[in-house]
Amino acid sequence: MSVPAKMNFRAVWAIYRVEMARAFRTVLQSIISPVISTSLYFVVFGSAIGSRITEIDGISYGAFIVPGLIMLSLLTQSISNASFAIYFPKFVGSIYELLSAPVSYLEIVIAYVGGAATKSIILGLIILATASLFVPLHIEHPFWMLAFLILTAVTFSLFGFIIGIWAKSFEQLQLVPLLIVTPLTFLGGSFYSIHMLPGIWKTITLFNPVVYLISGFRWSFYGKADVSVGISLGMTLVFLAVCIAIVAWIFRTGYRLRN
Amino acid sequence: MPSILSISGVSKTYATGFTALKEVNLDINRGEIFALLGPNGAGKTTLISIVCGIVNRSTGTVTVDGHDIGKDYRAARSLIGLVPQELTIDAFESVWATVNYSRGLFGRPANPAFVEKVLRDLSLWDKKDAKAITLSGGMKRRLMIAKALSHEPRILFLDEPTAGVDVELRQDMWEMVRRLREDGVTIILTTHYIEEAEAMADRVGVINRGEIILVENKAELMRKLGRKRLVMELRNPLTAIPEAFSHYALELSPDGAELTYTYDNQAERPGVASLIRDLEAGGIQFRDIDTQNSSLEEIFVNLVRREP
Repeated sequence: MSVPAKMNFRAVWAIYRVEMARAFRTVLQSIISPVISTSLYFVVFGSAIGSRITEIDGISYGAFIVPGLIMLSLLTQSISNASFAIYFPKFVGSIYELLSAPVSYLEIVIAYVGGAATKSIILGLIILATASLFVPLHIEHPFWMLAFLILTAVTFSLFGFIIGIWAKSFEQLQLVPLLIVTPLTFLGGSFYSIHMLPGIWKTITLFNPVVYLISGFRWSFYGKADVSVGISLGMTLVFLAVCIAIVAWIFRTGYRLRN
Repeated sequence: MPSILSISGVSKTYATGFTALKEVNLDINRGEIFALLGPNGAGKTTLISIVCGIVNRSTGTVTVDGHDIGKDYRAARSLIGLVPQELTIDAFESVWATVNYSRGLFGRPANPAFVEKVLRDLSLWDKKDAKAITLSGGMKRRLMIAKALSHEPRILFLDEPTAGVDVELRQDMWEMVRRLREDGVTIILTTHYIEEAEAMADRVGVINRGEIILVENKAELMRKLGRKRLVMELRNPLTAIPEAFSHYALELSPDGAELTYTYDNQAERPGVASLIRDLEAGGIQFRDIDTQNSSLEEIFVNLVRREP
């Protein structure tokens, strides 16, 4: 593949616009349902259970879970947005048009991952706004909060894009999010501090990449973290690099796209 | 005539080990209508998919108006419009949105007037706000064509364009193909409906088991390979063909009232004239005679059958 002399930005924009249009067409599914489930988490964890839990690191329990809840939605929505966006044309066959168009792989990724990430970032901000209705919020490092939000959305949209290309059925499409991502997120400290875990689990949990995402994101809110913020950022970037490497390999070989 | 599309030494072996194309060489002339004929599974769609960039080739080179489809894929693909065999459209997009999307995908600036013209030409203008899912099969097919034409391609691929299409739409489609050709668009269509190729094409290529077995000017092909049939309606039915005519390879209808002689257009012997003389001499009289040209279909079936 040669390096394009001129990017086809019109194509990027065309794809991006279609992806955003789909979100607005399915506003119930893409925006309202995550907002409702987040509100339920607040009612159950924040109010019912939270009232019996003392503060964690000097933060009220309701406020403590906000960054974790946003991350939970951010991860699952980024993956499902991006994986569906590329899997669906593969499934119905309309991908022929994308493959026959004068579009580079880089442009395809920018458009699809950009669309998926935009949607989940908007969603993250909506959840943040919803949360502020339940608990008093305060964001210590707004720049880093946005940085973690964007970085995570892009990374997991890339991850979803990979799943969408790899998947050969709707079942496979759901497999990774359901069996790996959701458990890792729940066990990644969304609802607790890893310091609350007993002995050996404290170590085991450090192998969970989501711990670093949530810890870093929570630090940007309250200035307190389970692991140092530098490590959080580093781990996020490592995962981003891994996803970029896999996508590059897929495109170099035409894996499950052009064979 | 300079060729606009040049395929040389293109092979394709799928991961399963199936060889879909073997060393295909083909040149398409600028502005012609080329029909690629072949039975199901012959490699027609694979060949088109390679040219359009949907499938990677195993070996060989393809250039579109001088642009290599690998090194210079942007220039090559910009020139091509593809109407695939299957009706595959994002069902929830409106006609207007999906055609404009296609244009954008190919890097062309928005041009509502042109898109409107394409939709009007294909009788889709009054459906422009309808979602694709609500269209009939024939309209979906036209929408696929509109998408392919949205970026003003110089080469149009029509893969089995009239499969499952009613007569009226088929006529409209041929009308459109003729108009496009007048505008200088090169058209390559695959079909296994021979009459389509017969009615439309300037040249015909036959592909079978991944190999191009023939490329020929259509009229030339008909002349070369066409067989003629002479059907004689007999005054007095026969029970069997007389011994004396065995070297003519005649066929007698079951009721004995019709005698059919099939002969090669090219070969002079044994000629029609001598047959008629011999028949008269043998006392076999006929009421009427009729000659028929064999259709492209028969030519095609013969070619494909001849293959081992």
